[in-house]
Amino acid sequence: MPRTDLLFRSLCGLAATLIALLLCCLCGQLLLSSLGLWRHTGLAFLASCDWNPVTDQYGALPPIVGTLLTTAIAMAIALPLAFAAALFLTDAPPALATPLGHAIDLLAAIPSVIYGMWGLFVLAPLMQRHVQPLLRGLPGCNEEGNGFGLLTAGVILAIMILPYICAIMRDVFAMTPPMLREAAYGLGCTRWEASWDIILRYGIRGLLGGAFIGLGRALGETMAVMFVIGNVMSLPKSLFSGSATIASTLANNFAEASGLQRSALFALGLLLLILCLTIQIIAQYYLNASRNRRGEQ
Amino acid sequence: MNLRHINRLFAAAALSLLAGCTGENKPAEQAGAVPAAAVSLNGAGASFPAPVYQSWTYTYSQARGPKVSYQSVGSGAGLNQIKEGTIDFAGSDNPLTTEQLTNAGLAQLPMLTGGVVVIVNLPGVADGQLRLSRENLADLFLGKITKWNDARIAAANPGLALPDLAVTVVHRADASGTSFIFTNYLTKISPEWKEKVGCGSSVKWPVGIGGQKNPGVCNSVAKVSGSIGYTEYTYAVEAKLAMAQLPSQKGTFLKPSIETFSACVANADWLGAPSFYLVLTDQPGDNSWPITGVTYILFRKDAAPEKKQALFQYLNWCLDEGPASARQLNYVPLPKNVAELIKKNVLK
Repeated sequence: MPRTDLLFRSLCGLAATLIALLLCCLCGQLLLSSLGLWRHTGLAFLASCDWNPVTDQYGALPPIVGTLLTTAIAMAIALPLAFAAALFLTDAPPALATPLGHAIDLLAAIPSVIYGMWGLFVLAPLMQRHVQPLLRGLPGCNEEGNGFGLLTAGVILAIMILPYICAIMRDVFAMTPPMLREAAYGLGCTRWEASWDIILRYGIRGLLGGAFIGLGRALGETMAVMFVIGNVMSLPKSLFSGSATIASTLANNFAEASGLQRSALFALGLLLLILCLTIQIIAQYYLNASRNRRGEQ
Repeated sequence: MNLRHINRLFAAAALSLLAGCTGENKPAEQAGAVPAAAVSLNGAGASFPAPVYQSWTYTYSQARGPKVSYQSVGSGAGLNQIKEGTIDFAGSDNPLTTEQLTNAGLAQLPMLTGGVVVIVNLPGVADGQLRLSRENLADLFLGKITKWNDARIAAANPGLALPDLAVTVVHRADASGTSFIFTNYLTKISPEWKEKVGCGSSVKWPVGIGGQKNPGVCNSVAKVSGSIGYTEYTYAVEAKLAMAQLPSQKGTFLKPSIETFSACVANADWLGAPSFYLVLTDQPGDNSWPITGVTYILFRKDAAPEKKQALFQYLNWCLDEGPASARQLNYVPLPKNVAELIKKNVLK
């Protein structure tokens, strides 16, 4: 190998290792800073609901549950919407698709604090006056709502992750070879059949990729959620209950924390990192499995 | 010949440069009456007095020269930073005990006082109309009263039409000195609160939702009908929220105002408190607002002499010239005799 190639190769290798090293250092730092808590509380931290700075007791279950539930609500709302929007935009006439596509892309550029303010001033009162009375009595909605809580946070998150998912799905759908689509229509497929059986099958990996990007963002989103989730450190009784996510708990408490509380917050940070990594690993595994199943190279 | 000439030239140039330097230095030395001019002071801490501190640091820097800055990062963060020695003075709403101060090598002095008020959002109930007895206030925050038309609240408010609304408690989501002052009061008035929750800058709230900082609590109260929260007086005034009347120690209902805050401050036993450790909740006096807070300045005893001198000059100026602008911003300055005592004992 020529010397310059060798140099280039080692430089690139170094850059790649550096990223992996950074991740390891990050995990190590979080683990080191949270050692105090693991020694004091142990794994009971994961199952305890008690978050009480006065008695110095910390349990991570409420924020973990809050994080998973808000993310689940957000995905349940955003996925079908993004899918429908992307399907429509790939087939719509350019005069309609271009401005609509730009509008959706613009949603992704709005800083999350703006979403938070909008959630606090517009969405929360709207939920209290109109949406929550309407849903009252459905399973999981058996509580008088005050506009804040899991559902409101889920809705905000859904709006925030929708453009990401939609943009990726649109790109993937647009890559379906025209020949396949034309053949499907030629065989007499309806629009729905062509979309479901041809476009979706062809773009399933991109679709899942988009969904996982949205998922990752929803898990870690802080500002917007903090404004509307209610910041309550106990297990939710219903979808209208106030709750807390890992990220919002960190943002709320970090500046003033010391001692055991500080290491409890570091432990929460470690949990969030592990949660995100696990989801990424499952996603990769699932994508590989589905590729093998369909016999792709 | 040529070389020598050049050498001489250099020497002359160097001399004149030196002279120039000392010449430039001279005015600074003459201004030595205020040697602090070159020193800059950095402070950080409590957000409760931040509006006043920011106005003071600006005015002082303009009038006297030394650059003073104050970052509103929260009491706990301010304390951490002063212990680390990264700032020159810290603001804190929870005072340290003499023992804590000695261990950390810090000194503390009170600087300002202000009222913490209970704010409500009830359709048909105007500012200052609702009266909350001690039991009612504790039961509301404990989640034992869940409806506004509860007989227990109605008993203290004859003639007031209380709506049939669910109670939504709004508290601070972040750790804060305001929460410390408020939970300190609840601990004093309710044995149940003392046992179940306790006092601290962040506690395990039995019910309610959390808002970010004072403005966040005000916003949430303004948006949710049937809500009750607590905040620093200035923020409630700015947000035009309805405030509740609370009873003095003897049971007379009082409206929150600069007068009732001042009465509380004037009645406090400043001279008897070691290291000025005072939490002005539930104080004696018929006109004393029950939830009044003192905010403190802390500095390191081992700070460099020139820093310390500059800081003392600044703090003296705050105690002398500051009260007028503090009153404009709805804070209550320290009584004259207390300010004199601090100047004599701490800032010496």
